[in-house]
Amino acid sequence: MEPITLYKGRAAVLDRNNVDTDQIIPKQFLKRIERSGFGEFLFYNWRFDEEGKKRPDFELNQPQNQNTSILIAGENFGCGSSREHAPWSLKDYGFDIVIAPSYADIFKSNCMKNGMVPVALTPSEVKHLMEAASAPDYELTIDLPNQTLRDDQGFEASFEIHPYWKEMLVKGWDEISITLQYDKAISAFESRTKAASTI
Amino acid sequence: MGKSIIEKIWDQHIVNEEENKPDLLYIDLQYIHEVTSPQAFEGLRLKGRTVRRPDRTFATMDHNVPTVNRYFIEDDIARKQLDALDQNCKEFGIRLADLDSPEQGIVHVIGPELGLTQPGMTIVCGDSHTSTHGAFGSIAFGIGTSEVEHVLATQTLWQTKPKTLKLEVNGQLGHGVKAKDVILYVIAKFGVDFGTGHIIEYCGEVFRDMSMEERMTVCNMSIEGGARAGLVAPDETTFSYLKGRKYVPKGEEFERCVQDWKSLSSDQDAVYDQEIILDGSLISPMVSWGTNPGMASGVDGKVPTFAEEIIDSKELDRALAYMGLKEGMAITDIPVQHVFIGSCTNSRIEDLRQAAEMIDGQEVHKGVRAMVVPGSQRVKRQAEEEGLDEIFKSAGFEWRESGCSMCLSMNPDAVPSGEHCASTSNRNFEGRQGAGARTHLVSPAMAAAAAIHGKFVDIRKFKQAEQVH
Ligand code: SF4
Repeated sequence: MEPITLYKGRAAVLDRNNVDTDQIIPKQFLKRIERSGFGEFLFYNWRFDEEGKKRPDFELNQPQNQNTSILIAGENFGCGSSREHAPWSLKDYGFDIVIAPSYADIFKSNCMKNGMVPVALTPSEVKHLMEAASAPDYELTIDLPNQTLRDDQGFEASFEIHPYWKEMLVKGWDEISITLQYDKAISAFESRTKAASTI
Repeated sequence: MGKSIIEKIWDQHIVNEEENKPDLLYIDLQYIHEVTSPQAFEGLRLKGRTVRRPDRTFATMDHNVPTVNRYFIEDDIARKQLDALDQNCKEFGIRLADLDSPEQGIVHVIGPELGLTQPGMTIVCGDSHTSTHGAFGSIAFGIGTSEVEHVLATQTLWQTKPKTLKLEVNGQLGHGVKAKDVILYVIAKFGVDFGTGHIIEYCGEVFRDMSMEERMTVCNMSIEGGARAGLVAPDETTFSYLKGRKYVPKGEEFERCVQDWKSLSSDQDAVYDQEIILDGSLISPMVSWGTNPGMASGVDGKVPTFAEEIIDSKELDRALAYMGLKEGMAITDIPVQHVFIGSCTNSRIEDLRQAAEMIDGQEVHKGVRAMVVPGSQRVKRQAEEEGLDEIFKSAGFEWRESGCSMCLSMNPDAVPSGEHCASTSNRNFEGRQGAGARTHLVSPAMAAAAAIHGKFVDIRKFKQAEQVH
């Protein structure tokens, strides 16, 4: 995983609540057995019509949302299916950071496993950013070690992230290799509990 | 201070507890299916890692499988995914209920059926409806593919302790009101994210009186309310369901397990982060009208209006446009062209009995296409032994092989754009049952009644009218 520390980029706005992972990456694209190549299918049914033509009224097809790498969305982002294809497609499309008032639990942890930061801000902060982001040169800076987000116009906000996940993201660690260092503890657990038996 | 069953199970599974770290939680059992596992196995191979506990891992094929001729998979990519699972299970020594197996079925149907899911366990699967297994008094939750890989390699997960939510429903459910209606009512009332960050304990008379199948329906949809997991403390209903199942210990060993399982209940003075108390007698048969499971009303109700301001106007506008409905229209005025009885929410034997009972010699309405997809091969066999397949077939329903089918339409089963489907599944998201498909979530009894009438009917009146007759 690529380490993330200071991140600067332009933001796209998707002002919708309860965006579910079936919308982020529709089921017809879940049949691939690779982790890559999902970006072109991101929000497929919203981005394209039945003939595969871009729908001009969909947010991500609009000019102000081009060349962006941060996605600002409404509350409960990423609800529904546990498919990790959702963060894979967001990342592959070019989004490294999501900003929203709240996230579904599974989506949030799936993001962090893929080096993406799900930044949760208050609803009013998110609203402010949604309005500000439409300006052509508007950029946001995310400082993960300090857990802050700011623009060049004096806006600054802080966000919460569990210290464990922060360290994982900042250092770009592989979680499994860390856990394997606990092998003794896991074996000890297995021998003193019901996990000693097979099912 | 006492502990809730949630905290008890959690604490029993902590491998490592340290400041500034989530708990390292031991996972007793992992279920695997074809869609969310290939990348996890590939990850293991790339790093030269093995599966720590193949004996605590169990795989099935369900999402992609055709339900007509299961050996004829037209879709090459789907075929590749099924082959990959087969290969991976062979390579890593994992038991697999493949298409030839009499045990094949939807992962959340076969796990309980085989007795793999047991009280007090921690259970995961790369599927959000893993919450289903909470019906047995276990902590069961959906995970992403990276976590699948993590569990395969280490049999653990780093997890922060979730908050606890006690959801108590007392009283008696009215005639015609089913487990599905209870959970849809809760989600409609509190929203699709009321459970975020929490594990729910379902308690009170209503859940106590439920069968295991009904409890599974409720726990299944915990995730639709945002909760990764939901559970019911185990009791005699649980033990008698488990007794004699394939992977459940036998004889004296079983009795010892029961003694153990009996200790899995919340202490009188347990404290929860949130508590909700509801009266079950107020619940009507439910029908979802919108594009998430929270957008649902009683069948005797109406689609909300903008003026009521129950739902954000932009969201309501988008949902009504997608669903082709008008504000304020009666639920019973919604036409139905498709009926799907199946999915991990409602495809068990009791669900099929519930639906068959509504048919009662009547026929599927003209212009309605109705299908029943049993959750597993075992459910299918049992239903056929009971003659339920004949009831469905002679009424005009299609009778299929087991799989996820039209719940997410990854296989050839789909609803055409713009048409309405009364579905016993769990998600009415846009496009879930096919591009432009309009899904209405209901109980099996309500779905069967909709098939017969070509629209939603209040099965309470319907049955009463018949009794008067
Ligand atoms: S039946 Fe539907 S919800 Fe259940 S596991 Fe299959 S696809 Fe998922």
